[in-house]
Amino acid sequence: MQQKLRVTLLTGRTIEQGVAKEAGKGTKEYFESTSMCYMDAGDMKKLGVKNNTNILVSTPNGSVVLRAVKYPRGAMPGLIYIPYGPWANSICSSETTSIGTPSFKGTPAEVEPAPDKPVLSMEELLRSEFGR
Amino acid sequence: MSIVNAVTCPVCGCLCDDIELTIENGEVVKVKNGCAMCESKFFSYKNEHRTKTPLMRKDGKLVPVSYEEAIRKSAEILANANYPILYGWSSTDCEAQRVGIELTEEVGGVYDNTAVVCHGPSILSIQEVGIPTCTLGQIRHRADLVIYWGCDPWSAHPRHLERYTTFTEGRFEGSEWKAYINKVKASAGKKKLLSLERKGVLKHKPEPMVQTVTVNKPPETLGKKGRKLIVIDVRKTMTGEMADYFIQVKPGKDYELMLAIRALVKDQDLDVDQVAGVPVEYLEELVDAMVSCEFGVIFFGMGLTQSAGKFRNVDVAISLIRDLNMRTKFAILPMRGHFNVTGANTVATWQSGYPYAVDFSLGYPRYNPGETSVVDILLRKESDAALVVASDPGSNFPRKAVEHLVKNPLIVIDPHMNATALLGDIVFPTAIVGIEKAGTAYRMDHVPLPLKKVVEPPEGILSDEEILRRILEEVRLIKTQKMQEAA
Repeated sequence: MQQKLRVTLLTGRTIEQGVAKEAGKGTKEYFESTSMCYMDAGDMKKLGVKNNTNILVSTPNGSVVLRAVKYPRGAMPGLIYIPYGPWANSICSSETTSIGTPSFKGTPAEVEPAPDKPVLSMEELLRSEFGR
Repeated sequence: MSIVNAVTCPVCGCLCDDIELTIENGEVVKVKNGCAMCESKFFSYKNEHRTKTPLMRKDGKLVPVSYEEAIRKSAEILANANYPILYGWSSTDCEAQRVGIELTEEVGGVYDNTAVVCHGPSILSIQEVGIPTCTLGQIRHRADLVIYWGCDPWSAHPRHLERYTTFTEGRFEGSEWKAYINKVKASAGKKKLLSLERKGVLKHKPEPMVQTVTVNKPPETLGKKGRKLIVIDVRKTMTGEMADYFIQVKPGKDYELMLAIRALVKDQDLDVDQVAGVPVEYLEELVDAMVSCEFGVIFFGMGLTQSAGKFRNVDVAISLIRDLNMRTKFAILPMRGHFNVTGANTVATWQSGYPYAVDFSLGYPRYNPGETSVVDILLRKESDAALVVASDPGSNFPRKAVEHLVKNPLIVIDPHMNATALLGDIVFPTAIVGIEKAGTAYRMDHVPLPLKKVVEPPEGILSDEEILRRILEEVRLIKTQKMQEAA
């Protein structure tokens, strides 16, 4: 079993995140739908990560603890997918390649199991990052 | 009890205008025809997370204040700032956006909207190579080949397929809904068989535990008459599951794949066996389907604009459409996210000449994404104040950009508490556009539609437009006073 796995980070929309953001970003649904990370079943097996347990995702921009969820539709080895939200943006690249748009898809990342580390709430995450 | 019909839904760029609301005692009790996001939005106005009064940060905590105090303080911040950014605008109406641009010009700041983090690259490409496009109505009635590239409408624009493309009953093209239902039934039957095999009722064939990426041969149905749906993405999305043909492209290889398709459309031979993980022989069949269709359309999303290449990916997609138009009829449309992000671009263009990232600091509008775009300004730590309207950069900007945003005074105008409001110095509650305030919004194909007011806003709560207008008046007052003092 591997300790760490190198992957490519994609961020994007899921329907659960879409519904929760319209209901309000303080809701439990918003927290649950954005503080998670879809992983390929094979990659999870390589790392020994079980469905709905926590992982630590690190990029050159920082690291964040998320709940790993098995991607339900087909294979996507080497990719992880985090829905748009403060958790995804605490680690994704701010590189705008001189055209204004940050690289929200395709940041190289490392994943390791972190079953004992907690997922921070939005307030805790903002306080740890910005002190507010 | 009253029923209001033909309500426009203020959620995504589809701007569905067939929503039927049941209103009882001044409250929405039922939403008909809408998707899950639409229903969630129409009920969200009674949500406990709404801000009820203006808030201001005093001693590190957000405390309730009056509108007058908050407006006065905001105007002081903006009037005294050297280089403020005024950002957001995509979830409000064109009327508020218009005042926003006036205010930006008055304070010599930067007007930028959320296009900068989503379809900004598409706009850059369109300015470079043009766009052969059409309205969604034409697609609904005539398109027989629909391709979704790097987007997942089932998640982001849930009624797009049902209202405008494959599953809609057009005048000249029928709906493929029944065929899809049959496909679902067949796959449910297959699952039942597998389950019986597992239980030992039938002879068991073990399933592989770990699936691998395989690109299948295009089905023969791609050559048939009637509507066809093709999805190209880096992962199999729900829309991908619905498609007649799904291609899983290797991440970051969209540009390559599209160039290969362009070559094949021009009848050139490729000297390789596969491109971006897709065998060339399958690509040839795909190109056959594209060239032989009556009217095709490509919809593209963040898969192209946010991954490596960005606007170059869109460039080549539009160029592909140009090539295809030499053989048949094709169009291309970006899948715009917020319900009025198209309006934010349109209003900015007719007011200043530029669609986003407009810098008024020199007294006239200047546009140079990469320099005058808000994320770059924040990363260079140049701004000294910010006004955020109807948007949540606190959640949706990379952390390094948000770090500078919160270092300076931050004014937030939003109906709900979100990450940006939690980080803000002044927070204005506001009426929800399209539910508590009427206005105008632009659909993703640039068709303007009216938004209705269906319920009254909470007592004393002002609209975005009203708040911005009052800040603008106050800014003008402060500037006049300053000039008089100087004289």
